[in-house]
Amino acid sequence: MSTTTAGAPPAAVPPAARVETPFRRFVSEFAASRLALFGLVLFCIIVLVAVLAPWIAPQNPYDLAQLDIMDGRLEPGSVGGSGITYWLGTDDQGRDMLSGIMYGLRISLTVGAGSAILACLVGASLGMLAAYAGGRTDSLIMRLVDLQLSFPAILAALMILAFLGKGILNVVIALVVVEWAYYARTVRGSALVERRREYIEAAQCLALPTHRIIFRHLLPNCLPPLIVVGTMQVARAIALEATLSFLGLGVPITEPSLGLLIANGYEYMLSGKYWISFYPGIALLVTIVSINLVGDQLRDVLNPRLKK
Amino acid sequence: MSAVLEAPRAAAQGSVPIIELRGVSKRFSNPLDFAGRLVKRLGVKVREDVVHAVDGVDLSVRKGEVVGLVGESGCGKSTLGRMVAGIMPPSDGQVVWRGQDLTKLSGADAKRAKLRTQMIFQDPYASLNPRLKVAEIVGEAPQYHGLVPRGGLEAYVDDQLRRAGLDPSLKRRYPHQFSGGQRQRIGIARALAVQPDFLVCDEAVAALDVSIQAQILNLFMKLRRELDLTYLFISHDLGVVEHLSDRVVIMYLGRVVEEAPSEEVFARPNHPYTRALLAEVPRIEARKRVFAGVQGEIPSPLNPPSGCHFHPRCPFAFDRCRAERPALKQVAPGHRSACHLNDAA
Amino acid sequence: MSAVPASAAPGAPTLEVRNLRTHFLTRAGVVKAVDDVSFTVRSGKVLGLVGESGSGKSVTGFSILGLVDPPGRIVGGQILFKGQDLATLSEEAMRKLRGNRIAMIFQDPMMTLNPVLRIDTQMIETVLAHARVSREEARQRARDALGQVGIASPDERLRSYPHQFSGGMRQRVAIAIALLHKPDVIVADEPTTALDVTIQGQILAEAQKLCAQTGTALVWITHDLSVVAGLADDIAVMYAGKVVENGPVEQVLDAPLHPYTLGLIGSVPSRNRRGEPLRQIPGMTPSMLNLPAGCAFRARCPRAEARCAEPPPFAEYRPGRFARCIHPHEEAVAA
Ligand SMILES: Nc1ncnc2c1ncn2[C@@H]1O[C@H](COP(=O)(O)OP(=O)(O)OP(=O)(O)O)[C@@H](O)[C@H]1O
Ligand SMILES: Nc1ncnc2c1ncn2[C@@H]1O[C@H](COP(=O)(O)OP(=O)(O)OP(=O)(O)O)[C@@H](O)[C@H]1O
Ligand code: SF4
Ligand code: SF4
Ligand SMILES: [Mg+2]
Ligand SMILES: [Mg+2]
Repeated sequence: MSTTTAGAPPAAVPPAARVETPFRRFVSEFAASRLALFGLVLFCIIVLVAVLAPWIAPQNPYDLAQLDIMDGRLEPGSVGGSGITYWLGTDDQGRDMLSGIMYGLRISLTVGAGSAILACLVGASLGMLAAYAGGRTDSLIMRLVDLQLSFPAILAALMILAFLGKGILNVVIALVVVEWAYYARTVRGSALVERRREYIEAAQCLALPTHRIIFRHLLPNCLPPLIVVGTMQVARAIALEATLSFLGLGVPITEPSLGLLIANGYEYMLSGKYWISFYPGIALLVTIVSINLVGDQLRDVLNPRLKK
Repeated sequence: MSAVLEAPRAAAQGSVPIIELRGVSKRFSNPLDFAGRLVKRLGVKVREDVVHAVDGVDLSVRKGEVVGLVGESGCGKSTLGRMVAGIMPPSDGQVVWRGQDLTKLSGADAKRAKLRTQMIFQDPYASLNPRLKVAEIVGEAPQYHGLVPRGGLEAYVDDQLRRAGLDPSLKRRYPHQFSGGQRQRIGIARALAVQPDFLVCDEAVAALDVSIQAQILNLFMKLRRELDLTYLFISHDLGVVEHLSDRVVIMYLGRVVEEAPSEEVFARPNHPYTRALLAEVPRIEARKRVFAGVQGEIPSPLNPPSGCHFHPRCPFAFDRCRAERPALKQVAPGHRSACHLNDAA
Repeated sequence: MSAVPASAAPGAPTLEVRNLRTHFLTRAGVVKAVDDVSFTVRSGKVLGLVGESGSGKSVTGFSILGLVDPPGRIVGGQILFKGQDLATLSEEAMRKLRGNRIAMIFQDPMMTLNPVLRIDTQMIETVLAHARVSREEARQRARDALGQVGIASPDERLRSYPHQFSGGMRQRVAIAIALLHKPDVIVADEPTTALDVTIQGQILAEAQKLCAQTGTALVWITHDLSVVAGLADDIAVMYAGKVVENGPVEQVLDAPLHPYTLGLIGSVPSRNRRGEPLRQIPGMTPSMLNLPAGCAFRARCPRAEARCAEPPPFAEYRPGRFARCIHPHEEAVAA
């Protein structure tokens, strides 16, 4: 009578089909947007250029010995005293702008990604703690988040840098302090939703320890929104770093990031020597746009509300 | 067929309860936020919202029994189920597991008690972790708790899946690759993998299509015979409960209003709410009947009626019903009901 | 409006769906959500349209009301409303009928109700959309409709917002809105599925009263055979986009012709077979994207044979009893 109860029900998918992991599904959905793929390729190229800068850049712009002050403020395409062609011109120190941009990207990306990762670690832990502990801990952390978010990021960062002084590490610290709150809020939000799902109750029923439930069951399911916020925050951090450097409170003058390059050329902007600011500006813009293109598609793919 | 059912029922008669609830209550409150507390300080009357999800319930489940728990949405069935399964502590009262108070058990014993009681959930989509493979979902707990010898996990997981009616060759897949009925089977395999003797099924078939629902109900009955399982079967579907249960418990707004052996409840319902409920259940045997509908709305558990919770909708309500909560009293052997009418008679 | 004759005699066919096909042209392929559906609803009678999830019940309902959104399209068949084919009607003409002569009730009443408007605003707007009456009279009609579905103190209730009602009350308001123009046909898509038994009873009682009193023809979509057994006069059983069996409710439930209908009835827990294993249908519903050729039920059917690889015709095996099976059950089989 109840023959099929014991028998194997027919397979949902033909057995020959490749195992469709959530990751593979995610990849194919992401690739559905041409624009996002373009953004991703662009971003990869930018990262590659930044990483390989010491090998592919015509000049080491941080090595003052290589710089020739006589070559200062040359137009794009001119040939310098030592015989190299400055494709994007030079700045007032005689630094090759192309090399400067490549090295500047290195700094900007390191600062952006580094601060985003650190902020993510801090923010996600605090957010998870708030969601799981609840009560007073939750209120305390969330009030801190509110405080942080109600403060203009640039102002907070300026205050911190004014206190800590210049330097790459200090910039990273300042960025972490102003960014962690976004991660905390995001993680808490999704953790509160996921926590109420039945698979968490099932894990509790199975007497699994709390840390295992948090890290193996809860956290992986809170990652998607975190990845989205993370991507957007990298772009934000790069922009913020550029702003800080532009204002002269960021990285040291000897190792200019994109923001500092822009600032250096700013005063020559109106005297027709546009390239000193313009090309670093373009590089910054392209970087941020490419990250945002990727981030937008990530949000569409990972947002459960947009799916059925 | 009926012999299969009679055996466990006879065995159930004298044995100790597997689980016993004594005056168990659960309250949920929405603590006032800062503004609320401030306003209260200033002397304005603000009430903290307290939901009496479960209100003084006594219930015992004996070994080998299938107890059906019926009630309308929001009456506290799931909350009661969670307390029985030990994943939610009661606000008041005791949950006694094989004679021991669950909240007073020490670490190892508490873990054992927890493992022996497992839950099957309603939503086959939310009850499986989407990021784990089926083999991990089923194998995680037995491996963690050392229920299987080293190297034996694969075979063990295969056995569990086969027992739940799933092809073990599918175990490398992720939950989203299965249909609702198959997912429910994965949930059952996960629960069975820690060798429980008591299953709390919270609306375990409510989300499934009729034909798939029948498959899963048959599976529950088969497992009961094979593994000598005890069930607390929570459902709002009286047909399903009648089909499966030895004993039926009926809840209304956090309280048990009637409790009796299955045949007894359906043949001689005592409580006016039970009678109304039975009158309204659509049955496939009843053709072109006239529906009437119980008057009135289901009251909010935030602000339940005084006395007997059912009085605003009860056609027999009298003064005492509005003032006094009726106690659950025996009206026939094994049949208890909470209605003041029984005192008058 | 003038094209449509006034109320028909009780028992006359009000709505006749013939070989309706509604397909969705999606990127993954053509989903034949409704593929050859036929049934008739008579005035004052209830047709129960049953089937499992995804069998095309809702899409059938939407097709009748002309509410199928792209990529969906009615690709064939007729929907005869008092002799007029709705499938070929212009969108403008359809809008005049919809909510007026033909109304729909959804599973989620919030599909009908606007959360930010008061009930009276919504109901009066609906009245004025199709009738030239004064606001005062419109309000009166709204009040009457609320009273008709058993809502106490309708005057007070009219001034409330939807969120102030319970789920059952909201559904009753949605029904009241459907009733405003005393339509000839109401399509109700699982209106009680989300409700509790005692509240469901209230709604079913209203539905029965409605058909008896106003002669409205009712299409009641549900997956619950027990509800259909108690409420409907006729039944149409859907499987994978097709009606596989239809006929009067007692006959279909007592002596199903199609093996799927028999399996479905056997799957319902019933008091006659307490504790016994339920008769289950093996396997699961096929994906609508790649249906097997021939009878779609073939893989799950205990009576399947080689001939079933050909599409079975929808044939009348007994007077008034149609089934889509080449090997139907000959006589009453105890489910
Ligand atoms: N974690 C919670 N916090 C606050 N209130 C809760 C919580 N869980 C349940 N409740 C409330 O307790 C009451 C009982 O809920 P419960 O889920 O036990 O009902 P139920 O009988 O299972 O209903 P359903 O049939 O809808 O599942 C409801 O009013 C619900 O809103
Ligand atoms: N917009 C759409 N695009 C593509 N396919 C669709 C669309 N809407 C419905 N379908 C498909 O049409 C089929 C029938 O759907 P329908 O909603 O009518 O089912 P149903 O019988 O009402 O099921 P349920 O009981 O779950 O409400 C399903 O297989 C569904 O996937
Ligand atoms: S106690 Fe009173 S109100 Fe409650 S069910 Fe009995 S008669 Fe009705
Ligand atoms: S046509 Fe064949 S496969 Fe289809 S239902 Fe009839 S007997 Fe079964
Ligand atoms: Mg529940
Ligand atoms: Mg539907």
